[in-house]
Parts: sequence; C-alpha cells; structure tokens
Amino acid sequence: MLSSLGSAGGKSAKPSFVSYVTPEEIKSEKEPSRKEKHPDLLPGEVVFCSASTVLKYTQDDLSQRGVFGVLLCTNFRVSFVSDEAPTEEMLFKNKLYGENDIPLSCVDNIYGDKRKLITGGLVKNKYPSKMIIHCKDLRVFQFSLSFSKEEDAKKIFQGIVHHCLEPKSLRCLFAFSYCENTSYPGSYSYCREHLVSSRSLGFLLFPVYFIVPKNVSDEDLTKYQGKGLPMWCWSHHSGCALFKTASIPLVQEDNVPQTYMEKMLTAVAHNHLYSVKTEDLSDTLPTVQDILLSYNRFKQFFLIDNTTEFWMSDMKWFSSLDNCGWLDIIRQCLQKAVEVVESLEKENTNVLIMEEGGSDLCCVVSSLVQLMLDPYYRTLLGFQSLVQKEWVAGGHAFLDRSNHLHLKDKVESPVFLLFLECVWQLQQQHGPAFQFSETYLTVLSDSIHVPVFTTFLFNNDGHRDSLLRAESPHTQRSPLNCPTVWDWSVQFDCKAQDLFTNPLYTEKPKQDTSVRKSYRPRHLRQLSLPSSAFKTPPKKGFFKDEADNLKKILGVKRLSRWMLSPSSDSPQTSSSVREFYEAWQTKPLDYHGLLLPCLDGPSIRVWMQRYLRWIHDVQILGGGPVAMLSKVSEILGEVQELQRQLDRHGCTLTSNHKGARPRAKTAAAVIAARSSVRLSSSFPFVTSRNWSFKPAIPTSLLQSLMVTGMAGNLADREDDGGPESLV
Amino acid sequence: TKFSQASSFHSRPKHLLSSPPKKIWGPTFGYKCLESLKMEPLADCSLLPGEERIIDKDIIYICPFSGALKGKVFITNYRLYFKSADADPAVTLDVPLGAIGRVEKMGGASSRGENSYGLDITCKDMRNLRFALKQEGHSRRDIFDILFKYAFPLSHGLLLFAYLSQEKFEENGWSVYKPMEEFRRQGLPNDKWRVTFINANYELCDTYPTILVVPFKATEEDLRKVCTFRSRGRIPVLSWIHRENQAVICRCSQPLVGMSGKRNKDDERYLDLIREANGTAKLTIYDARPSVNAVANKATGGGYEGDDAYQNAELVFLDIHNIHVMRESLKKLKDIVYPNVEESHWLSSLESTHWLEHIKLVISGAIQVADKISGGNSVVVHCSDGWDRTAQLTSLAMLMLDSHYRTLRGFQVLLEKEWIGFGHKFANRIGHGDKNHADQDRSPIFVQFIDCVWQMTKQFPTAFEFNERLLVTILDHLFSCRFGTFLYNCERARDTNELRSKTVSLWSLVNSDLSFYQNPFYTPESNRVLYPVASMRHLELWVTYYIRWNPRIRQQQQSPVEQRYIELLALRDEYLKKLEELQLSDSSPNSSHLSNSSTPNAASPTQHITHLHTPF
Repeated sequence: MLSSLGSAGGKSAKPSFVSYVTPEEIKSEKEPSRKEKHPDLLPGEVVFCSASTVLKYTQDDLSQRGVFGVLLCTNFRVSFVSDEAPTEEMLFKNKLYGENDIPLSCVDNIYGDKRKLITGGLVKNKYPSKMIIHCKDLRVFQFSLSFSKEEDAKKIFQGIVHHCLEPKSLRCLFAFSYCENTSYPGSYSYCREHLVSSRSLGFLLFPVYFIVPKNVSDEDLTKYQGKGLPMWCWSHHSGCALFKTASIPLVQEDNVPQTYMEKMLTAVAHNHLYSVKTEDLSDTLPTVQDILLSYNRFKQFFLIDNTTEFWMSDMKWFSSLDNCGWLDIIRQCLQKAVEVVESLEKENTNVLIMEEGGSDLCCVVSSLVQLMLDPYYRTLLGFQSLVQKEWVAGGHAFLDRSNHLHLKDKVESPVFLLFLECVWQLQQQHGPAFQFSETYLTVLSDSIHVPVFTTFLFNNDGHRDSLLRAESPHTQRSPLNCPTVWDWSVQFDCKAQDLFTNPLYTEKPKQDTSVRKSYRPRHLRQLSLPSSAFKTPPKKGFFKDEADNLKKILGVKRLSRWMLSPSSDSPQTSSSVREFYEAWQTKPLDYHGLLLPCLDGPSIRVWMQRYLRWIHDVQILGGGPVAMLSKVSEILGEVQELQRQLDRHGCTLTSNHKGARPRAKTAAAVIAARSSVRLSSSFPFVTSRNWSFKPAIPTSLLQSLMVTGMAGNLADREDDGGPESLV
Repeated sequence: TKFSQASSFHSRPKHLLSSPPKKIWGPTFGYKCLESLKMEPLADCSLLPGEERIIDKDIIYICPFSGALKGKVFITNYRLYFKSADADPAVTLDVPLGAIGRVEKMGGASSRGENSYGLDITCKDMRNLRFALKQEGHSRRDIFDILFKYAFPLSHGLLLFAYLSQEKFEENGWSVYKPMEEFRRQGLPNDKWRVTFINANYELCDTYPTILVVPFKATEEDLRKVCTFRSRGRIPVLSWIHRENQAVICRCSQPLVGMSGKRNKDDERYLDLIREANGTAKLTIYDARPSVNAVANKATGGGYEGDDAYQNAELVFLDIHNIHVMRESLKKLKDIVYPNVEESHWLSSLESTHWLEHIKLVISGAIQVADKISGGNSVVVHCSDGWDRTAQLTSLAMLMLDSHYRTLRGFQVLLEKEWIGFGHKFANRIGHGDKNHADQDRSPIFVQFIDCVWQMTKQFPTAFEFNERLLVTILDHLFSCRFGTFLYNCERARDTNELRSKTVSLWSLVNSDLSFYQNPFYTPESNRVLYPVASMRHLELWVTYYIRWNPRIRQQQQSPVEQRYIELLALRDEYLKKLEELQLSDSSPNSSHLSNSSTPNAASPTQHITHLHTPF
C-alpha cells in the first residue's frame, strides 16, 4: 500500500495507488500481524533488530510519498520488507539480496535529519526521524522512522549504525557465518591450478603464489626481506616480459635486485639482449588517497536524494565532472598502460613497473597491459584468471582498500573499481573484442561489497589461507569453503547470467597455425602460462620491422640493459604514445589482436550503466544502447536456431562467417526480457513495465546560469536586424 | 595516415552508382568508401554533370594533422579539390565551394617563414584550410580571385551551382512533399480545421507557404485582421494534429504588443478558436525566448501574449537564446575541436561553449510541447518571427509525437514542411554564395536542429529509419549549393527563381539510393511517443560530425554493433536458404532438381522465421 503524506503528496498522487489511510491508523491496525515479517534469510543469517511502520520514500520525488514496511538489520544486510504484496519477479534478481536490501558492507554513508552525516560511535539515545542511506552500488534509500515505536526506531537506527559504520573484526563479516552454514563445494583458487602446471617449466612455485626462476635460490630471495621482489606478470611473444615489484631496484644500490632480475630475465626473456625499462608508477600516477578523494567527489553526482537538486546540477555537469578528476585518473592509468604496451610491443624491452607496496596501481597497470595485448584476457574465463592472478594472488589488499571493517588505520581506496572503469573504457571503445558484457563489469563492481565472496575479503592469499583455516569448524586440513565471486550461480540464476556475455563478441576464426609455429620458439609459448599469449592472432609483422631493427641495434651495440623511463609528464612521452596510437590506428582493427584505447577528451566517458541506473529521471525508456544490443541478440538467437536445424539435417556449414557458434543463451535472456518488460537504458537493473509515462522535464532551466559569461550583449539582441534592434 | 578529407563522402555522386556498391553498408562505409570512391583528381574528370574545371595549381596544403603536403589543387565551379603528390597514401581534400565561408590572403611579400605566404580558407563545416604558394608569378592572386569569385557567385552576379548542375536521378525529390497529401495523412481538413488558399499569391504573408490550415470557424477576413497583429504577418496556423485527442501544434510569430501593450480582439478570439477546436480548457502558448528577451521585444513593437488579454491561455517561456548566441556558441565549439581537440579540461571547455546546453534547452522545450499535446492540450509555439526557434520546437515535437516523421521519407516531409515551407531563412542563415562572412544574420540554427535529431537517434537507436549518414549528408548539402533544397528564404523566393524546375532536390539523391541511408536497427512502432532525456548526462557532442576531420577521432566512429548485426542478418538469410533447400530435397529425395526451380523468397525472410523460431 502506498500512502500519501502531506498536502503535496496527496495532491499529486495518482488515483491508481492512493490509499488515504493516516499513518496512525496503519500503525494501530496492522502492527501485530507484522511482527513475523522478514526477508528470506540466508543460511547463517541472524536478525539483530527490526522496526515496523517504517516509511520508505519513493526515491524520485519530493512529495514524501512512500511505502510502509519493516526495516531490519541482520548480520548480512539492512533489509526493508514492504507491507505491500511483493512486486513481480525481477528478471535480473540477485539471489543474495533484493532490491530493498543493502548488504552491510555496501552501506557507504548514513545521513540523519537535515542531511547530517552520521558517524559511528556518536549515536547515543537519539535517532533521526529521517534516515538516508547511500550505498556503494549507488542506490539511495530514504526511511522515515517517525511512525515507528520510539523504542524500535532507536534500536534499529543504532543497530544499523553500529553494524554498518563501526569497526568490527573480520570474523564478523557475513561470509564466515554463511559458509559455516552452507555446504559449499570447494572450488576456490583458479589461479593456483594454472600455476601448479607451470612448475615443470623452469619455475618454482612459492607458497605465496608467485613465480620465480628456478635458478634463484631461497637465499637470494631472503635478501629482499619480503619486499621488492620483482614478480613476473606476462611474456610477450617477442620474448620480453612485464614484471612488477614493490620497491625500487636502483642500479646504484647493492646488486641484489639486479642480480635477481638478471636471473629472472635469463629465465624468461628469450633474447638476452633485451633491456629493462623501469617505470615507477608513484612518480606519474595518483596515489591511492588521490583516487579515493576523486572518487568520493565523483560518486556524489549520482547519489541523488531529490530530483530538483539533480536538475539543478545538470547545467554544470561537465565542469563538475572535469573538476572531480575521476575521468582524468582513468585516462592516466590507461595512458600508462599504453606506454608499457609500447615498450613491450614496439621497443621489445622488458618492463618492470613498481610502486610502494606493489599491489595497487601495479595491479591496475599490469592487468590493463595484459588486456590490451592478450585477447585471452578479454574472454570471461580469461578475465577471471587475470583478476585472480594479478589482484587476488597478486596481493591487492582488498580488505583494507574496501575497508569493510571500518578500521581507522586502513587506507580505503577504490583501486579495483578504477581498474574496472578502465576496462569499461576499453570495452566501450572496442565492444566486439570482449566476451563479457558491460553488465558483467557492473555486477562485478557491485560484488566487491557483498561480503560473501572470499575473492574480495582478504589482503592476500596468505591472509586468506590462515583465516579460512582458523575459522574452519572441521579439521585443520580442510579450510572453510567459501564461494568466490566467479561462482555466479550464488548470485544469479542461469538466465540472468546470460546477460554477462556480449552478443557482439565472436570467437577468433580458426586458422592454420603451422606458420606461426616456426615463427615463435616453442618453449616460449609455455612461459606465458596462465595466459595464452601465444595464441595471439596473426599480427605477425605488426611492428615487426621496428622490432627487428631494434634487435639489430642491440646486437651490435650492446646497450646497457637498465634504463630509467623518462618522466611520463614530459611532452616527449605523450607524443610518443600518440604516435604509437596513430600507427596502430592506421592498421586494420583486429579484435583478437592488440587493442589500444583512444585517450582524447571525448573518448573517455562516464560508465552510464553503473552510475545512472538508479536515477529515474535519466532513464531512457525504450531506448539506450540496449535497444540495439537486444536486436543483435535476437538475430543471434535466430541464427543459432537455424544452425541447430541445419545440424540436424547433417549439413556441415562452411563457417566462413565469424561468430557462427557463439553462446546461445544470450539471446534467450534478452528476448525473454523484451517480451515482458520495456527495455530502458537502465536495463537490466531497472525494468519498467509501464509503457506510458511522463517525460522528465528539467525543473530548473535557469537561463541566468548560462547568460553569465556569454559574449557581451548578444543574448539581448533581436534575431534579425542590425544595430537598431539592440535592446 | 590514411585519411582523406573529402567532404562529400557521405553521399555518392550519381555517376558512381553504375558500379553498385556492396550490399552491406557497414557503418565504416562512409569513411572507408573513400578509398574506392576517391575521385581520381579531375584528371580522370569525375566531375558532376554541369561541373566545369576552372584552374589548377601546384600548391602546398598545410594539413593540421600531417604537416605541409605538396600537391595540386583543382578548382571547378563546384569544388576545390586537392591531392597530395608524395604522401602515401595520398591525402585528398574535396570541398564544395559552397562550404567556404571566407577566403583570406595570408602573409605578404615580406613574409619570411616557410609556407607563410598563401591562403587561409574558413569553411562552414567546422574546418579551416591553409595553403601555401610560391611568391613568384601571381599564382596566389590568380587562385584567390577565382576562389573568391566562384565560392561567392551571388556576390559576383553568377549563378549558384545548383542552377548549373545537370545531374539526373531516378527519382524526383521535389515530389516528396505535397502539402495537401501531408494534411490528409493527418486527417485534415475536418470539421474543426479547414484548408485555406488565402496565401496562394503570398499576399497574406510573404514568408508562409501557400496552403495553410486554420480553425474552421475563422473566416478569411479574420485571418487578415490577425495578420496585422502578428510580426511579419505570420499568423498562427496548424502544423500538426493529434489523431486521437485532436490537440494541435500551431506556429506563428510574436504578437505586436509594443511598449503600450496593445491588444487585438481578433487575435485573442482567433487563439481562442484554436483552443476551442478540441475543447481544452486552456491553450498553452510556448514562447521559445527567455522572458527577458520577450519583454525587451516590446521596445521594438513585439512582445508576448499578456494574461489579461488571453484569459484562456497560459504562457510559458522556454528560455532558448537567439541566433547570435547560437552562432557564437558554435564558433567557440569549433575553437576547441579544430584542428585539435582541446586536451586539458576537455569537459570544462566543452561546457564553456554552451553548445550542448542550448541543445538541452531546445530538446526540453520540444518535450514540453509534445507532452502537452499527448495530454490533449493544444499549443501555440512562437519566438520572435517564428522561423528559427519555432521551427526547431515544432519539428522536434512532431518527431517525438509522430512516428511517420521518423521514417526516411517522413523526415524529408518534416523538413520540407516545417523548415523550408514555413520560411526558415536558409539563405540568410547560411549565406549561400554570399561573400559577406560577417553577416549578423548567419546562424547555425538548422545545424543545431539536426544535432538535436542526432541526439534523439542516439537515445533511441531503433526508432528512426534513417541513419547518421543521412543527417551528415543533409548538413553537407546545406552548404554545398549542389541541390536546390536549402536555397532561398521562403517559398515565394523559390517560386520567383523557378527553383523547382531549374535545380535538383537533395531528396533525388537520397531517394535514389535509400539503402545507403537506412538504419538496420529500425523497428517501426507507430503511435509511440518518444521522449528523449534532456539531461546533460545523456547529451553528447556529435563527434562524428563536429570532429570528423580529425583522423584520430575518426577511428572511434565505426559502429561495430551495426556491422555485427548486418553480418548476422546475412548469415540468417544464408541459413534460411540452405535449410529450405535441404527441406525440399528431404521431402522429395528423388526429384532433387525441384529445388532449383523454387527459389527461396528472399524478400521476406522474416516470414520464414516465424515458424522456425521457438519462442523463449
């Protein structure tokens, strides 16, 4: 039941859902029956507290309209259970939490009356009448507590604040209680499987999961004291490789790092003449603190509690966006990755990227480099192993960076999100190159804040292992089994998961590999595990001339192996990157080959699906890119159906067409969606069954805003006429 | 680099049609086709019929993207063509003279620097061209004089090229729009609205078309009286009527209220007749201007409908600025995108041009009009004279309301009707063939409108039958003077100059090759009102038009979605054919020759699919 409060609401309420019952009546009438209301609890989920007769405002207007229901706080989420009959099943339903649920780790900020920011610890006996919750997935909830019993309201408010904002210990995270109560099949760590197989290839596998050359002794390694050990990331088919490290192996210091690096090179690099270029990322890229600051400003543009404010800010949208610097940070990361790609691809030098800690921007840049160079990482499976390899095994401190525990001494920063943003930019520019869809990236970014997946709960593998082992209810041998984020069935059913594949993606047409075999030494192919670098497409000859030239020079002159890269800010670098891009751009685009992003102003954009999906006023009903994609999926479905029929006839298709056998299910999901709901630009996150609707008309078309700063008195002049018509 | 800066690559000259282009129009076609289309420099004489070669000269083109290029320039009575001599691949320029806004000499006899002596050409299509010449032998003077003369023929007593062109097309574009037919399509005349021929000789209003639709109850005498109270006699007349609720969009110019606040009973009664026609309580008058400007207009005899005088009407100002503001805005935009895209603070720079902000205001104005109509209320739209902002608003609202205008031919009708017919002053706004580049009457109002349409196609990629190529082609020929379509200010001038008998319509070109301009994603949905989102969050710069000369940007402009879709369509057809063959041979295994005689019905593959396709 929707109730209307206040005169404004009463007036504008549409007759279809008006129920003019005063809140008081509701309270007295229905209270007893509501006690048992709660969401379907997950295994291990416990309700901490609840309050009934809470009003949840409908997000998108000022009319104070809303829905009454029960607000609960459990060890997993804040949940609002409406008194209304449940709405229709959503197509894209998350099995863990519904549209009115907020996982505790997903709560970003809580505001009280007069939009006062609530901070943990300060909440005593008071509670606000209105509570606004901003979520990390950019949803905004507004609740009124003024119709609930004082006792309940106080309890729920304090409970929510306590569980969402105050420091807690890791074992309080829901994952532990969830996993203890589910018999989850153990299947974690994709990465390890890959790595184990590389043992035979001249590498030793270390328990903390990085690869070192076999010829390096443990003694050598101990000299690093756990810091600054260069890690191999990826090998280019030319033989040069990408490494990352935490501290700086300066040439002038004791020779340890160099010696190690030399050994590493000997093991990895095919051609010993290649030099090593070092890139200190902290010199040129923003710090994790900068990233956080910028993102905090950026996200505010999308956390909308009222439409008037939204439209007010619309005129200044571009400059606000510019000033928060988020897009610029994305651009810088991409640019750095292109620089590294250039070194590997064109100059054929080894590259060692480094930063303090070695697990933030190093992860961003190294994974971007691999995405650009290696088409395997643009597949669903490949992307997953990239994240596992570079981020999870690579020791990105997910727990600290997402600060699920609200500890003061941890540096929170959306570094992984920044990476996904960069991937989105690449995907936006080169859609058909990626097997996964935009929706996949959006869902992945949401999943960071669902404290169920081991993927994002720990600071490194060692951390994970020791904790899961310690928490295990069973013997020491079997650690607690928790799902990884990649087990999408935990969150979505098959149909919804179909939306993760990109209908534009086509697998690489099979072709004769005999030519390439002679071109690349065989053992090198294996070095690239777990990637499939050597399945790179027939771009032989791409930059080959340059590479050959360089090899010649190196052969003759024996250049010093160690070079420090010039500062990235220098115009020289940026123009070299530009030339590299332009040279690449003139070649025919191969989606299974090297991909470079265009970094020009208009090309770096806002990730609309992620950021605008909940804002009702900017939903394009019946439009948006999904309108086209769904048509592609539709045809794809027909083609696949025809293929099946032809197969039944035993007809062998001359598959000269690309994409003859893409995954069939993509189409099905979208078509199913089309039949029942109207697509909008927010698909699949928000679907609308309503076809007729009122258009959003900007509420503040303030001409004063723009006339200022406009050339002279032009605005006052008459359309047609000379000087005499000047007013 | 591989680009060639031909301007006409969005349209293919008729004579090239003889070798039919590929069936598949990949989105890249517009750009890639250049390679095949490259008109081998006039040496091969791929001139348009009626085009004549005037002069050619060795010259250096100072390309902002790849530096100075030696080559040869050819000038005809229609175009300037440049081809580089040693660059590989060759850089070419193909600029219709009509697109040239200004020609200036650069550097003097004392100029020292390399390539500092030459010509500087400002184009109307967002680019500038610089050429360097040798100082010796008057070569610059010759070329300058010729360019100046042929780029601005009207200033030299010459004819526009459209009058010299001998092009022939399969279809006659002038027959696209027949006013009576269009009104009949809308269900007019009816018992509330009648057709009047009062303006048959342009006596009532010289900038209006001859056929007008007015309230049934208004007599010819009434019209004449109202005429005196509306600026330039542009009385409120019907543009569009909603089939179900009979709400109408009427357009006009401002009332001549003046400083003294004059009233006119006839005008008041006339507007009330419009309101009455579908029985709505209040007529909404949309004044496109900011209210301050509307007030200021009183000083020059204009103004707006006051509350007292028009009791059954509500007046809403839409805050859209005038032609001068728009001109400056586009100028600023050009500064930040040509030749190079502003690098630092791109978004702030973009905002400071206000271009998208103006787009937003125009679109949200049109949304309000469309919304009112959908709600059953009639509206009257005007600005000052009712030929700039008014045309933008009415035509955009009609595009939102009426799916017919979203088809290829329907869109042509819309332009013919609301822009050409109702006297948008193309000649003054564009300055066809006129040397006076600083003319204050020039303004990119029509460009702005096409941009708004593009924004809509971007937001609703399946709702329009035409593609971006059509929009770019329209803008190219807005300037080119190759076709008569956008010449002159009003129908009267077109009649006087026998435009329709002496020139070719742009729609002849377009309609002779419709598939080139078709959007493969088009899904007709009649009766669907399209409301775009007029938020800066969704408006974007039309990069493929404004920054199309930049070779770096172009790469981004291919639509892989379209490519993939077309590939899949072809695949589907192929499989259908195969399947049909198989089914035939299965059903009659002993008479396989039959399969030859029955060819699959390629015209309607969708009919086949219906029984094959399992519904999900």
